[in-house]
Amino acid sequence: MPRCTTGRSTRSSEALKPLPGGAFGPNGTIDGWPKPAHMPAMTELDRIRNFSIVAHIDHGKSTLADRLIQMTGTVAERDMKAQLLDAMDIERERGITIKANSVRIEYPAKDGKTYILNLIDTPGHVDFAYEVSRSMRAVEGSLLVVDASQGVEAQTLANVYQAIDAGHEIVPVLNKIDLPAADPERVKENIEDVIGLDASDAIPISAKSGMGIPDVLEAIVTRLPAPKGDRDAPLKAMLVDSWYDSYLGVVVMIRVMDGVIRKGDRIKMMQTGAVYGVDKLAVLKPQMVDIPELGPGEIGIWTGSIKQVRDTRVGDTITTEKKGTDKPLPGFKPAQPVVFCGLFPVDANDFDDLRDAIEKLQLNDASFSSEMETSAALGFGFRCGFLGLLHLEVIRDRLEREYDLDLITTAPSVVFKLHMKDGEVRDLHNPADMPDLTYVDHIEEPRIKATIMVPDEYLGDVLKLCQDRRGIQLDLTYAGNRAMVVYDLPLAEVVFDFYDRLKSVTKGYASFDYQISEYREDTLVKMSILVNDEPVDALSMMVHRDRAESRGRAMCEKLKDLIPRHMFKIPIQAAIGGRVIARETLSAMRKDVTAKCYGGDATRKKKLLEKQKAGKKKMRQFGKVEIPQSAFIAALKMDD
Amino acid sequence: MKHSGVEDWQDAGFALYVHWPFCAAKCPYCDFNSHVARQIDHDRWRAAYVSEIRRWAERTPGRVLRSIFFGGGTPSLMDPETVNAVIETAFDVWTPANDIEITLEANPTSVEIGKFRAFSDAGVNRVSLGVQALDDDALRLLGRMHDVDQAMRAWDVANEVFARTSLDLIYARQFQTAEQWRDELSRALTLGVSHLSLYQLTIEDGTAFGDRYKIGKLPGLPSEDRGADLWDITQELCIKAGLPAYEVSNHAKPGAESRHNLVYWNYGDYVGIGPGAHGRVNENGQRLATVAASSPHAWLASVEAEKPAVEETALHPSDQAGELLMMGLRLSDGVDLSRYERLNEAPLRVEAVRQLTDLGFLRIANGKVAATDAGRPILNSLLRELL
Ligand SMILES: Nc1nc2c(ncn2[C@@H]2O[C@H](COP(=O)(O)OP(=O)(O)O)[C@@H](O)[C@H]2O)c(=O)[nH]1
Ligand SMILES: C[S@@+](CC[C@H](N)C(=O)[O-])C[C@H]1O[C@@H](n2cnc3c(N)ncnc32)[C@H](O)[C@@H]1O
Ligand code: SF4
Ligand SMILES: [Mg+2]
Repeated sequence: MPRCTTGRSTRSSEALKPLPGGAFGPNGTIDGWPKPAHMPAMTELDRIRNFSIVAHIDHGKSTLADRLIQMTGTVAERDMKAQLLDAMDIERERGITIKANSVRIEYPAKDGKTYILNLIDTPGHVDFAYEVSRSMRAVEGSLLVVDASQGVEAQTLANVYQAIDAGHEIVPVLNKIDLPAADPERVKENIEDVIGLDASDAIPISAKSGMGIPDVLEAIVTRLPAPKGDRDAPLKAMLVDSWYDSYLGVVVMIRVMDGVIRKGDRIKMMQTGAVYGVDKLAVLKPQMVDIPELGPGEIGIWTGSIKQVRDTRVGDTITTEKKGTDKPLPGFKPAQPVVFCGLFPVDANDFDDLRDAIEKLQLNDASFSSEMETSAALGFGFRCGFLGLLHLEVIRDRLEREYDLDLITTAPSVVFKLHMKDGEVRDLHNPADMPDLTYVDHIEEPRIKATIMVPDEYLGDVLKLCQDRRGIQLDLTYAGNRAMVVYDLPLAEVVFDFYDRLKSVTKGYASFDYQISEYREDTLVKMSILVNDEPVDALSMMVHRDRAESRGRAMCEKLKDLIPRHMFKIPIQAAIGGRVIARETLSAMRKDVTAKCYGGDATRKKKLLEKQKAGKKKMRQFGKVEIPQSAFIAALKMDD
Repeated sequence: MKHSGVEDWQDAGFALYVHWPFCAAKCPYCDFNSHVARQIDHDRWRAAYVSEIRRWAERTPGRVLRSIFFGGGTPSLMDPETVNAVIETAFDVWTPANDIEITLEANPTSVEIGKFRAFSDAGVNRVSLGVQALDDDALRLLGRMHDVDQAMRAWDVANEVFARTSLDLIYARQFQTAEQWRDELSRALTLGVSHLSLYQLTIEDGTAFGDRYKIGKLPGLPSEDRGADLWDITQELCIKAGLPAYEVSNHAKPGAESRHNLVYWNYGDYVGIGPGAHGRVNENGQRLATVAASSPHAWLASVEAEKPAVEETALHPSDQAGELLMMGLRLSDGVDLSRYERLNEAPLRVEAVRQLTDLGFLRIANGKVAATDAGRPILNSLLRELL
């Protein structure tokens, strides 16, 4: 797929002038460059550059990575496919990267030396903020890619701050300058205004056409620092990521800080204390290429008959079993699900399949938790924990797609901290488990610091949305005609269709990112929903007391439309404790009869009735009321 | 077979249904087996009907024929000769009841009005006239080819010519208000009617209306509540005029009920001939459900080749019980419980009956179970509980 040989603008061929040959060769590498040399066993620190790419979604991170891989001949042209580093299909479809990935590139620089460039590609999404922070610690510099026709967005900011926190050297790159709307000068100013980074040396490129890529490669070598490390010290490597491979078992990606790891070593994971033998040691180009050892500054993978990804912890420190270090790397945090929801099979017979599927996915995802749950409404299922909403969606989609399951997802909720009167602090993952209020002293909920960037014409709507969601404004600044608002918001309000609302009030022009900030007390209550005086557990939720009434009313109204009429009228109520705060009545059915039924219709109509009767059996029975599954799904998708 | 002495059908009698599958044009709401044909060879059709009647008569010897019904399609487009031949043959092979009812469905266009006398001469003594609406705009929306004036002329001629008449109206139409229906039905009731079929418009799959409905392009249809209001108005006005509902959609002065349709609803025996016609026929203690090929061409050819394309299925007694219930609960009179139990070899679901009686939708009295006035408009829900 020689994408870079077509559609090149005059600007891009100009940019290529200084290079020998001045054009792309038939295999996408640059003519006249030496072919990659044989890989030495271990590389001198000053010949290594480790970097990541920071970008807002769609600003061109994956395209740039492809281009870097392609132009250095790291991957043979015939093996080249778009978005090389996005491994899973689901990622390619959604255009997001979920797992960290790395690629080792050999680059013969203008100084005549060949450098090893290790790119770690990170998810970039807020759900994976911790994973991103670890990846950032594994490299020394970042390319900050900004779409020259768009400017800095919320996700750019969140990630660039992570890079700055990690002490990175940052090289700004202005992408998509082939677009007529590109305005590199304005975007340079924008970078300086919003991020406070000197952008005078920003590199203009078109990742699409290939223009400017050689400059980027050169800048990686000349502007980013080489890693530091002591090869004679005990082994100290950071676990950057791990994943499950059906042939190799668990594959662990590491960055060596100090010391050397060799094939055959016995190594220890400092968090878990588990010891493994290094069966395979390799680097990713991006396919695995075995290597005898990895020294300081190097990035690679190893395997060692680890059964599940659970046994590996992102951010853990790896050392040798004997004479290892006793000082782990700082900053390790256990994976902490923040958003929970129930997953139930639509067909109760699929429960075992769902359990198996969840177990399999967990082998490859330590941050996804599950616990069996029974609901009177939905039967047997699982309460699952996720790093965020995107993570939830990805897992649910994979369960449905890869395991061919039909699932009901209950409304996402966050983890509330219940401070009991006896001093105990309990985590509440499921509103249905809320204990009697008389035992609860107070409740805390997670708050986030949200950054929203929006064209100023939509600012009013965004502020209103944030206020409606119990937000506290922290900051409001302008850069050009874009406003940047920073809000303190309850996470619970954000997991509840906040993205969708934001998208719709700003016609898709806002960008949004957040960090979890703290737990804070508020007047939170459990709202139950009663249908025909029976509580429906799957519909209960934690809400702020001031918002309970409107939420309750909306829910009752929605259910009134979603539950089919019965032969009797049905009260639908929202209640806090014993107090009803909203009520609707679903009228009794008034008409359900076949107008014409003569001799010929008997067989057909009887079959139809029997089929409908069988269909009714699929509904969930609450006392005398039958609620179709679709009603749960739709009710929980409520937008108010 | 199981039960001794009287066969089940004898409770309701024996009738002949003749299906005429052609119309001048297809109406957008209609899912009956009706087709528009450029040419019809009436002689071939006549011969085919006659041959089928003779074939069935051999399997149902000695029956007393309570009714003949020419349905369609548009049977008023039949050649009166054909109608005559059917009646003559039927009278020849079965014993006609003294008060046999012979009904023909007619569309109220001028072509057909002109044939009314000939149908009467052939022996037709009852006409069911497809007026559908007493409003020209509504008739256009329904895709009908007649207007109200023509319908009224047809009605007058029909009443001169035939001893008994009935009129069909479709209500709960697009954009129809309660007031409009009240007015329209009141006018119909001043026409000296003794039998009325009042159908709520049903959107059927595979019709032009069905297709439009699916893509959301059939506006103005009543909600359930508005449909129910229209139903209530219908019952109120008809009762006041002395034509209470004797079946879900059929209203008559006492004694003016359609005997033919009562054979269906009381689950009697009927021979059905013609394309797509259904029948229920007891033969040697077995109850057969019969259905003829629906394609006019295929049916005709098969009959002519003496290999009539008619499927027959023996009905298990419990299926018969289900059909009895489904048809019988449409009648205000309801269903004979002992007859149901005899077929089903078990009583009606006790718990469901109790619930539905408590809710006021079902009534049990004099050995019969019936839907109440409150239960009839939600009959399908009752049946889903009872079947
Ligand atoms: N015109 C133009 N489009 C580009 C350029 N780089 C990337 N794109 C397009 O921008 C979209 C997003 O690119 P992608 O690399 O997936 O962005 P990511 O989300 O940051 O990984 C894709 O449709 C790319 O083809 C560029 O330099 N010029
Ligand atoms: C078999 S049709 C034939 C009668 C005749 N061809 C005519 O159209 O007047 C019998 C009656 O069924 C009613 N009907 C047909 N399709 C209907 C529908 N989709 N909804 C309600 N009634 C319908 C009409 O009132 C019609 O008169
Ligand atoms: S409604 Fe009557 S006239 Fe119209 S297509 Fe159906 S059978 Fe024919
Ligand atoms: Mg990407």
